[in-house]
Amino acid sequence: MSQMITITINGKDYRVEPNQTVMQAADTLGFKIPRLCYHPKLSIEGACRVCIVEVEGQRNFVASCAFPVSDGMKIKTNTHALRRARRDIVELIIDNHPMDCHTCERDGNCELQRLAASMGIRARHFAGERKRYEEDLSSEAVIRNPEKCILCGRCVRMCSEIQQVHNLTQAHRGFQTVVMPAYDLPMAESVCTACGQCINVCPTAAFVEKNYTQELFEQLNDPERVKVVQFAPSVRAAIGEAFGLPIGQNMEGQLIAALRKLGFDYVFDTQFGADLTIMEEANEFLERLQNKGTLPMITSCSSAWMKCLEQFYPDLIDNVSTCKSPMSMQGAMIKTYFADKMGIDPTKICSAAAMCCTAKKYEAERPELMFDGMRGVDVVVTTREIAWMIKSAGIDFVNIQPEKADHPLGLSSGAGAIFGATGGVMEAAIRTAYELYTGQTLVDIEVEGVRGLKGIKEGSLTMDGQEIRVAVAHGLGNACKLLEVVRQDPQRYHFIEIMGCPGGCVGGGGQPYAAINTIPLDDKALKKRAQALYDLDRGKTIRRSHDNPDVQKLYKEFLQHPLSSVSHKYLHTHYKAKLPKGIIPKEAKKIEVTQ
Amino acid sequence: MDVKETRYKLTLCDGTACIHNHSKAVQQALETELDKHGLKDSVSIHLSGCLGMCTKGPILIVNPGYIMYGRVQVEDVPEIVESHLVNNKAVTRLIITEDHLYNRFFRIFGDVDFFGKQMRIALRNCGIIDPENIDNYLSLRGYEALAKALETMTPGQVIEEVKKSGLRGRGGAGFPTGLKWEFTANQDSDEKYVICNADEGDPGAFMDRSAIEGDPHTVLEGMMIGGYAIGAGKGIIYIRAEYPLAIKRLEKAIASAREHGLLGENILGSDFAFDIEIRLGAGAFVCGEETALIHSIEGHRGMPRPRPPYPSVKGLFGKPTLINNVETWANIPVILLDGADWFNTVGTETSKGTKVFAVAGRVQNTGLVEVPMGTTLREIIYDICGGIPNGKRFKAVQTGGPSGGCLPEHYLDTEIDYESLAKAGSIMGSGGMIVIDEDSCMVSLARFFLEFTQDESCGKCTPCREGTKRMYEILTRITEGQGQPGDIEKLQRLGEMIKHSSLCGLGQSAPNPVLSTIENFREEYEEHIQDKKCRAGQCTALLSYTINDKCVGCGACKRVCPVNAIEGVRKEKHRILQEVCIRCGQCYEVCKFDAITKA
Amino acid sequence: MTELAQDKMTTLREFMAEVSNKDYAESYLIAVLHKTQELFGYVPRQVMDEASEALQIPTAHIWGVATFYHYFNLEPIGRHTISVCMGTACYVKGATQVLDVLKKELGVEVGKTTEDRLFTLQEARCLGACGIAPVIMIDDKIYGELDAKKTVEIINQYRKAAAESRKV
Repeated sequence: MSQMITITINGKDYRVEPNQTVMQAADTLGFKIPRLCYHPKLSIEGACRVCIVEVEGQRNFVASCAFPVSDGMKIKTNTHALRRARRDIVELIIDNHPMDCHTCERDGNCELQRLAASMGIRARHFAGERKRYEEDLSSEAVIRNPEKCILCGRCVRMCSEIQQVHNLTQAHRGFQTVVMPAYDLPMAESVCTACGQCINVCPTAAFVEKNYTQELFEQLNDPERVKVVQFAPSVRAAIGEAFGLPIGQNMEGQLIAALRKLGFDYVFDTQFGADLTIMEEANEFLERLQNKGTLPMITSCSSAWMKCLEQFYPDLIDNVSTCKSPMSMQGAMIKTYFADKMGIDPTKICSAAAMCCTAKKYEAERPELMFDGMRGVDVVVTTREIAWMIKSAGIDFVNIQPEKADHPLGLSSGAGAIFGATGGVMEAAIRTAYELYTGQTLVDIEVEGVRGLKGIKEGSLTMDGQEIRVAVAHGLGNACKLLEVVRQDPQRYHFIEIMGCPGGCVGGGGQPYAAINTIPLDDKALKKRAQALYDLDRGKTIRRSHDNPDVQKLYKEFLQHPLSSVSHKYLHTHYKAKLPKGIIPKEAKKIEVTQ
Repeated sequence: MDVKETRYKLTLCDGTACIHNHSKAVQQALETELDKHGLKDSVSIHLSGCLGMCTKGPILIVNPGYIMYGRVQVEDVPEIVESHLVNNKAVTRLIITEDHLYNRFFRIFGDVDFFGKQMRIALRNCGIIDPENIDNYLSLRGYEALAKALETMTPGQVIEEVKKSGLRGRGGAGFPTGLKWEFTANQDSDEKYVICNADEGDPGAFMDRSAIEGDPHTVLEGMMIGGYAIGAGKGIIYIRAEYPLAIKRLEKAIASAREHGLLGENILGSDFAFDIEIRLGAGAFVCGEETALIHSIEGHRGMPRPRPPYPSVKGLFGKPTLINNVETWANIPVILLDGADWFNTVGTETSKGTKVFAVAGRVQNTGLVEVPMGTTLREIIYDICGGIPNGKRFKAVQTGGPSGGCLPEHYLDTEIDYESLAKAGSIMGSGGMIVIDEDSCMVSLARFFLEFTQDESCGKCTPCREGTKRMYEILTRITEGQGQPGDIEKLQRLGEMIKHSSLCGLGQSAPNPVLSTIENFREEYEEHIQDKKCRAGQCTALLSYTINDKCVGCGACKRVCPVNAIEGVRKEKHRILQEVCIRCGQCYEVCKFDAITKA
Repeated sequence: MTELAQDKMTTLREFMAEVSNKDYAESYLIAVLHKTQELFGYVPRQVMDEASEALQIPTAHIWGVATFYHYFNLEPIGRHTISVCMGTACYVKGATQVLDVLKKELGVEVGKTTEDRLFTLQEARCLGACGIAPVIMIDDKIYGELDAKKTVEIINQYRKAAAESRKV
């Protein structure tokens, strides 16, 4: 323990830890200094100047996010001069921002709005020329609107520091500064992986997902259509937040009920698709293991990771499982097995998906995933969008009577549920692969080693004397470190799980915006969402994918057996190298794996 | 060509006293030694009349460089020839000691008014030596300070000497140089850097360019001494790409220094290893800020970052880094050779040594001026630079470039140092000095600087990015006659906020030209806003042209008017239609009868 | 997009290969951009793509850097670059008029290239020649103490030289 020091804030002395910033110290003491560009997961920018404070002996105000505390430091956080400077700074931001709050997607969820309100800006003294830019609507998933950008730089840092995608940069300078991809390319032609983390950290609506709610409402009102929806594990763990409920509440039953009320004829659970994925993936892994196929095998569920693979790691394509994602598997089953069973013309089906993810919008459009000339999923909406639809349709989500998902694609095991948290796919796969390989029951099915928010997790297990070494990475930045190990030492692991978003799908790019006084992608929030899924798993009697009776029935009636030719036709695919080529700086690839 | 190329010219005093002191024998010995070394063709010997320093005779002067040796005896001759004429290293023990390095310049140019009141330390060799010839520099005791440091001083002693000299950073803020060195030296790291900030970007300032173009080796020597003192193995000169000649001379100087074993391993036989690399800027004023400069060298956008950590702790590539500007480095060799005790006798209580200013604007002699700290603004503007031309009245002097302020007449007797300028509401800055006469509008001037800073703002922090833009807009509307009551207060409010809240020095000082012109010339702002008048006649939107009774109706104005705003019959008084007139002033220019009034 | 001259590309590739072996190779990005501009007169996208691979720097980063520094042209420029000094001294002595004359004479705005690709017009920060303000710099050459007439004369000299070199 380091020696505590004394600082004075607004005239009162406090004992605090040294080696922290003024903001950190103030946070622990209950002084919430206003802030904007700061994010605890990202490097310190010190750019917005909203968090300025007075420190005795300093000629100017200092940014509390960057300034270290020292013994005897005298800090003031709320003087008249500071309040006025902060107010003027926020006004300057607003003066260069479209004043279209009422028609803005982030109305009510906007950090800038909240900040301006807390500053008490009641007039605009300095308004002048405002920047004008076109919206970039090219991407299926992520819309960039530089006009709403306030240049806090959180998206750029997220994209480069956490995700190591380096798609976004600040280009030009001064008043002309714009956040954009290289060469001002449209997002659709850039190296963007569609992960949507820029949206998660954006304080305004400079980045938003492409909105499909109107299209979906239209489909829901089309009497010719059979409306089918599936929803991802993590949606139930987070959607409550959009209705003001505490973080980490499982809203599965309410969500199913609400989806029915919205007009869906069939509500299926993507956790079923997750179980199906495990059946295929675990078998694929065992097949590779036994027949000296390419190892390590890397999971393929995360659509942002798949786009990242094609652009950044084309050399590792053979390592990646040929399994489609749970959503796409489920989509394929909806339009084949289910349609056939119900005697519905698959082209009449509107297959919708409520996902915690923005990249799934991109995935749904992929030609590689089509079969019989059809897409498995027609419309993808994010947790945020589906929450808005529920509100917009006047459904009392919080007090609604919970319901259950439909058969035959609605029943799921606990293994399917934990897909939403980092390490979940690995854990689910181990539960099945172990039992398939050894023929014995895995007693301790909760694989603690792959749970939690550590960037890269490693572990090993023994199956019939054979040591299987596994690793898990979440967030593309952690993934790139892990994949560098794979490139250098391909023998090191047998099986790897990669999720594109921090925390896995619970931290997806489509999850609800952070509520007042919370931080987007806060570790505590991610853990609570994950815990909701782990609790769901624990509460189930069926906790292994291969024990799911509906999955067993599906194989019996349609797919025959895992990796069969039918499976291959509908549940597997192949990826190819794609341009523009992604480059990861050497610095980011430095390996820091601990045993 | 058959003109003999002489490398050195020796002048031997041929006065009675010197002859009495055996100067003839010295001459003979010189001839013999020159012959021995085969230097007869490249060194010429001249005799001069009495130099008047009879007590120190015989006097021998070696040019270029005006090295003056005293009490030269026959026994000294082989050493002088061997060391100075062959190896380009002056024989220190024989140099007449009162002859400080800085004095040489005045031996040559001192009889010109412009130079008479100056004192040249940083620029001591500019105009004297051939900057592309290392031998020239060596002959002027070049690299002797380095040799002295390496051979006789520990790094700690070098730092002590610099601290004792009282030298402060010449780049603007005036931080004590020795302290900066000490901080960097105290860092425990096997990799450290020394940087020369030559990213001079103030409009109107060209000190660094001239210093490097005139004497690149001084900068290199200063950096090497700095590298030795703090334990760095590598130096980087960050220079504007817009200075091709300075870059060329630096490249050449570095190459010559390498050839002479002054850069590389085992410098001057010591175990000190040091090398210097040039990195080019690319047109971004903000890169003069040290953290932005470091980012730029690292290959990034030149955006500053919050400090601490300071570069002395975490600088280039995350390593401890010592950054000084060109002029600061150029002072170092002199401090070591002439001693801190001498150096700190020059200047004022708080600011020691000299300062180079680039004087521009409305003065007779524009150019570079190096004066002791404590010289008054009046001395620079009137005595050195010859005052205001065309009988115009002095209005203000702007120091410190876009970061500085405008000082009116009653500050003319301010003795220049860091503190006094700050007290007066301006700054020393890197040394830009612009003289403004009655024909210049102070609001336009402030607008000009704000246009500059808002254009050069990196865009990182809100106050600077958005705030300078708004200030610029307000100033623009005032100069265009659209100023509104309350605009002055808005400028002040924004200015104070930007000054205190911006991330880096650029933003923190950007409002200075506006705040200081409001402070000192508020009435001009008020006239613009309330009376829609520009007393300097510079704001064209506020001008009106009218035709007076002197008009003979020649029609010249009518013909030249681009918008047909002038009507009138030949030989009768013409009239300007104010609503059509665009105030281009062409009629005013062509009228031969003084018949057009500009107001 | 026009094909880039192969010999120049070879020179550039050699330069990139050289710096990519140095310590802190990424830090030579600006040097590579300078070299590129020296060879091609501007920084073509193709070169930025190659630099990205050679130095292992993401293209977005290179783009951010190339657009930050005003020295770099991102579009091809004219045979001669005219930089009008807008420094204080020049401003005081009438740089704006010189700029206006040039705009009119060349028929282009600042930052643009004339139709005949002979001139690109630019504004420059102080060129450090305040003693002979107002000044313009054409390529590396400084012209000082300008007025409207002198400015046009200088432009015409270049035009004449260009016409003559075409004849030959």
